[in-house]
Amino acid sequence: MENLFPKLPVADWIDAFVDWLTSTFAVAFDGISSVLESVVEGLVTVLTFIPSYVFIILLTLIAWKLANKGIALFTFIGLLLVANLGYWDPMLDTLALVLTSVIISIIIGIPTGIWASQKKTVKQIVVPILDFMQTMPAFVYLIPAIFFFNIGVVPGVVASVIFAMPPTIRLTILGIQQVPSDITEATEAFGSTTSQKLFKVQLPLAMPTILAGINQSIMLALSMVVIAAMVGAPGLGADVYRAVTQIQIGRGFEAGIAIVVVAIILDRITQNIGNKNQGGVSGK
Amino acid sequence: MKETVKVKVEDVTKIFGKNSKKAIALLENGDTKGEILKKTGSTVGVNKANFEVYAGEIFVIMGLSGSGKSTLVRMLNRLIDPTIGKVYIDGKDIVAMSKEELRKVRREKISMVFQKFALLPHRTILENTEYGLEIQGVEKEARKTRAMESLKLVGLEGYENQYPDQLSGGMQQRVGLARALANDPDVLLMDEAFSALDPLIRKDMQDELLDLQSNMEKTIIFITHDLDEALRIGDRIALMKDGSIVQVGTPEEILMNPSNDYVERFVEDVDLSKVLTANHVMKRAEAVNIDKGPRVALKMMKELGISSIYVVNKRKTLLGAITADQAKQAVEQGQSIHDILIDSIDTVIGETLLTDLFDTVSQATIPVAVVDEANRLKGIVVRGAVLGALAGNNENINNTELPESQKVEVTN
Repeated sequence: MENLFPKLPVADWIDAFVDWLTSTFAVAFDGISSVLESVVEGLVTVLTFIPSYVFIILLTLIAWKLANKGIALFTFIGLLLVANLGYWDPMLDTLALVLTSVIISIIIGIPTGIWASQKKTVKQIVVPILDFMQTMPAFVYLIPAIFFFNIGVVPGVVASVIFAMPPTIRLTILGIQQVPSDITEATEAFGSTTSQKLFKVQLPLAMPTILAGINQSIMLALSMVVIAAMVGAPGLGADVYRAVTQIQIGRGFEAGIAIVVVAIILDRITQNIGNKNQGGVSGK
Repeated sequence: MKETVKVKVEDVTKIFGKNSKKAIALLENGDTKGEILKKTGSTVGVNKANFEVYAGEIFVIMGLSGSGKSTLVRMLNRLIDPTIGKVYIDGKDIVAMSKEELRKVRREKISMVFQKFALLPHRTILENTEYGLEIQGVEKEARKTRAMESLKLVGLEGYENQYPDQLSGGMQQRVGLARALANDPDVLLMDEAFSALDPLIRKDMQDELLDLQSNMEKTIIFITHDLDEALRIGDRIALMKDGSIVQVGTPEEILMNPSNDYVERFVEDVDLSKVLTANHVMKRAEAVNIDKGPRVALKMMKELGISSIYVVNKRKTLLGAITADQAKQAVEQGQSIHDILIDSIDTVIGETLLTDLFDTVSQATIPVAVVDEANRLKGIVVRGAVLGALAGNNENINNTELPESQKVEVTN
């Protein structure tokens, strides 16, 4: 067997490819890196500028408006707890990291999903890439990410985007393709252009599914914070990582709880945006 | 009106599958649908459909599921592109049209109503009705006015701010109809439009469609699998089987002269009493002018061997009837026909279905008179003819296409 088929030098190929990428696109990577870094830093600056009690009240009100009283109460108590435990600033770093990753996921993911939903060949190419992004262990692409973008928050964002974007794309495709065929047929029968069909019918009807995808992307981005911390991204993940390496079980749990609180708040609020939209449709 | 051809379908064929060229060649060769499927793996959806639809008529395409009728109707606005063939609307072949031109035709000339309504769930009834106008860029106020008119036409005033799923199926389909009418198209395609509705509501909708049609005179192409529906609303019917059109004709022609065994089997279970009308079974009416004397009436009855006769005025308006006994009495006592006239007689109009005639005919002592809207005598219905017609005996069924032969004979 081994004599018949010599081992393919996949590892060598990839090494060569990464080297080539690093040297050829150094300028481009530097550009991306500085843009991402300033976005995250800008967000952090804005978030830290808001006094913590104002922030807590603001988020509580948003939760109340978009979700319900229970979730508003949880938001209020949860954020107070985070502040009390002393994780306020790391939490803001984490929020900035997650928001940046999710916004990038949306900006790239939704158009890609729309494109893939319209063209079969695009879908056939995109779906395997998504499988790859979701299952390839994050550590594997963290190292090249460091080569490209240096240590810090940027490779953290990149890793989060890679891991978090697939649900947005997948559910955008699904949402659009789930629009009943007789409805798209009717839209066409009345003489809609492709963009009228997309914006007046397909996207509005797919919106609850797309929002569910974005919600999943947020959760996945949050789940990447510890891994992002390993390449130098600041935030709650860094606290967890530090506690784990120093076997400080208690502190580890504290930071972990802070992550859970942020996750639940973000999840419930975004989930309810989707449900509210749907509620307007069914009207019953 | 019937002379104008609105839609002309020429050799329209649809092959589903990859080997469409080979399949077409085999089709030209005369191979059947089954053989082609075996040889090429392609399915023949529609096989060389040819027909013409006249302006202002309701043309029904009928067939069982899988007969290709839904595919055929979708080729009329190119929701499905024909593999070969031409579809002319107002003389222009839409198969050859560019996307732009086709869009214009879809926006202005041809609208469609769908089996499962296909309303937009995120839009109100008004917004749904406006959709066709909205994508054409019609001003907000103008399109609202037109959509409201269209909703009023289908009896949905007051529901414009509801959402589709707040309405019943019948009402949702009215919205579908209103949406199609809002564009003011010439041609209306209705794909099994009433099939998803309850039987009672379906019948209401059929009546309403006929009502609407009598005012708007659109060209309607209606798809159905329900023969009763086809017979009820169709001016002409095309029967489809296995992708081919088997027969095109008026409901009567299809019932009375099925072109082959398939059509015959299809129509054999039809309840003739719900298809045939008084016009079909009436006999020539004998009538006497009111100004004549009873003696003339008596003579006529004797010559014709009948025991009663209708009395009309100069304009052939039915006034009543007299019996032979009364006429004899009148002659003896010197009375006029006026004095002995029975004016409470049973009359029906020509369009009355046989099923609604039974009661009247069975209780009448003298034959039931068939009259037109102006109460002019057209003919009479006798029991024997009704039974004969129900038995499918063609001798007892008149060809209503030639009403001239049914002129009333009046002796002056």
